[in-house]
Amino acid sequence: MKTILLSGNTSLSYAVKQLDVDVISAYPITPQTTMVEKLSEYVANGELNAEFIPVESEHSALTAALAASAAGARVFTSTSSQGLLLMHEILFITAAMRMPVVMGIADRAVSAPINIWNDHSDIMAQRDAGWICFFAESAQEAYDKTIQSYRVAEDENVHLPVNLNFDGFILTHTYEPVTTLDDEEVLKYAPKKIRSLVLDPKSPYTFGALGSPEYYFEAKYQAVKALEDSFDAIVKADKEYKKISGRGYGIFNAYMTDDADTILVSLGSIGGSVREIVRRMRRDGAKVGSLSLKLFRPFPAKQIVDTLLKTKSVVVLEKATSPGAISGPLHMEIQASLKTFDVTIPAINIIAGLGGREIGPEDIRIMFNKGLKVASQKRVDTIMDYVGVNI
Amino acid sequence: MPYKTVKDLPLKENFGPGHRLCQGCGAGIIARLVTKVAGDNTIITNATGCLEVSSTFYPDTAWGIPWIHIAFENAAAAASGIRAAYNAMIRKGLKDSSPNVIALGGDGGTADIGLQALSGALERGDHFTYICYDNEAYMNTGIQRSSATPYGAWTTTSPPGKLSPGQKTEKKNLVAIAVAHGIKYAATANVAYIVDAANKIEKALNTSGASFIHFLSPCTPGWRIDTASSVKVSRLAVQTALWPLYEVVNGEYITTVKVAKRLPVTEYLKVQGRFRHIVNKPEEVAKIQAIADSNAAKFGYGPLSQ
Ligand SMILES: Cc1ncc(C[n+]2csc(CCOP(=O)(O)OP(=O)(O)O)c2C)c(N)n1
Repeated sequence: MKTILLSGNTSLSYAVKQLDVDVISAYPITPQTTMVEKLSEYVANGELNAEFIPVESEHSALTAALAASAAGARVFTSTSSQGLLLMHEILFITAAMRMPVVMGIADRAVSAPINIWNDHSDIMAQRDAGWICFFAESAQEAYDKTIQSYRVAEDENVHLPVNLNFDGFILTHTYEPVTTLDDEEVLKYAPKKIRSLVLDPKSPYTFGALGSPEYYFEAKYQAVKALEDSFDAIVKADKEYKKISGRGYGIFNAYMTDDADTILVSLGSIGGSVREIVRRMRRDGAKVGSLSLKLFRPFPAKQIVDTLLKTKSVVVLEKATSPGAISGPLHMEIQASLKTFDVTIPAINIIAGLGGREIGPEDIRIMFNKGLKVASQKRVDTIMDYVGVNI
Repeated sequence: MPYKTVKDLPLKENFGPGHRLCQGCGAGIIARLVTKVAGDNTIITNATGCLEVSSTFYPDTAWGIPWIHIAFENAAAAASGIRAAYNAMIRKGLKDSSPNVIALGGDGGTADIGLQALSGALERGDHFTYICYDNEAYMNTGIQRSSATPYGAWTTTSPPGKLSPGQKTEKKNLVAIAVAHGIKYAATANVAYIVDAANKIEKALNTSGASFIHFLSPCTPGWRIDTASSVKVSRLAVQTALWPLYEVVNGEYITTVKVAKRLPVTEYLKVQGRFRHIVNKPEEVAKIQAIADSNAAKFGYGPLSQ
């Protein structure tokens, strides 16, 4: 065990090195670039015995990772924003072909206007691709979750790709002391497996055949069901990880939720700031709480609802939009989860932080106050609201 | 050892039976030949297109060797991934032998939508062989033009009309593009010249780094030809110098099949329904003859026989 100074990007690279990944294929894009640079450095100086494919696009990056995975290799790729959008077609194929590809996503706004700063528009546009989808709050968590991702992806009962989201610049470029495991511990926790269903002349298989209406539905169903069923493996991987590292994250971080009048649900790095505001507002007597989600796919609806059950209102803070829909992607899921379990709690949606617009302490207070107002009024005036935009 | 006659070809079949390609389809002949020459220790990646959909209609597969299809525009990138996986796993002692890696794509998957991925893989020099089976249009979606459709040809998106001769552009020169990447081996091939093609496939597979073969692939519905005539029509493409057979070894162009007396292009055009609308238009035929003449000059084909 060693504590080293790492950024979000280099914490992923470091974990990938320890995981003895065989093939990396990636294309640079801000703010993911320093991760790819570090990985090519590891390969160039022999610290990581892997092939680094300097592909000509993200479409090829994911294709090559998928194909290498099909050949039996442990693979890694990473991207952000426009790059993730360019991968769109292959994201679906990777999941439906059940390839245990792991990808880091340095979440960033999507064009236009072109913008390199953080929000979650990139991943939200890919949420139906069939991948397991994690969010990290810190470089430490990004490191830990990378290791967990391989354990989950390669689990025989899962066999699905995993993407690990960590906010552009806020996490990718911020250095913090990260406590790492020893190499042997990493490989003991996430051992490399010899898979038998791979591209190997010794036992020829056909991958990616045409699925007619007689077969397509079943293949799709199996991939969807696998994602749904991956939940147990995800929880178990986190618990086992805690045993060896002392660090576990659960599927979300619930802070002061038990007696809260309003709970703010968020994704990613903003969770820490939200908890700080909870502490401050609690000092002034406001009963507020925070739920910061770590797992977005499969969506832990039941567990979220159980946590929200006693509160009087919910505020869903969202760094993405779903234009023309009734609210943002995360809010729609929370709303649907509450309804599904017959729970009637008013839930409002707050869109903030698009394109890297800063979400300051005052903004979070405003959001909580909106939630408290809904809690006392017991009704919602505006479902979707914006904080921080000049209109 | 170079193949001298078809009798020298390996007997082992790794393509078919069970595919659903049309009678007389060139892609089937090519897939069969490629898998024969490449042998068991081979992995194929196939772009979306006729060959892919017709050979792997789940739960059937026509392939006796490992085969993967991912999408339309990325067969070359898939080949890079497979090669990288084997390189790393062999180094780590996880695999013991290095397979041939072959990417197969139609002209659409190669010259149009897949050109970027192909360029990336050729430029990186990844060790694989890309074989384009060129049926000169998007056949799988019902005969639409590609950048490899020859001048004057009818397709559903290059229809001849008052204002159009049919396809308005000349074929994209894929071999020249491949060679421009500095690869050590590139060649053209034709289903009527099987021994020539077999030797080229073998040479390509034995080349270190990337190699490329541009294979003319007759399409009976797309070219509007009789199902029994596809090899014959393909032979005319060579004999008219519209499809010269050559290889490019370390940048040097070498003609592999010489034609002493060329046939006029009308011999090729008149047997195909896709050229029916221009075969009686001398000014259009002259343009196509000029293409053949220029090929003949470049590759040392003989004069026109009258
Ligand atoms: C991204 C994408 N665009 C379009 C298609 C539809 N499509 C499938 S095959 C094909 C044409 C294939 O043409 P070619 O590569 O020449 O191969 P052929 O079918 O002629 O063998 C097209 C346009 C697709 N599958 N994917």
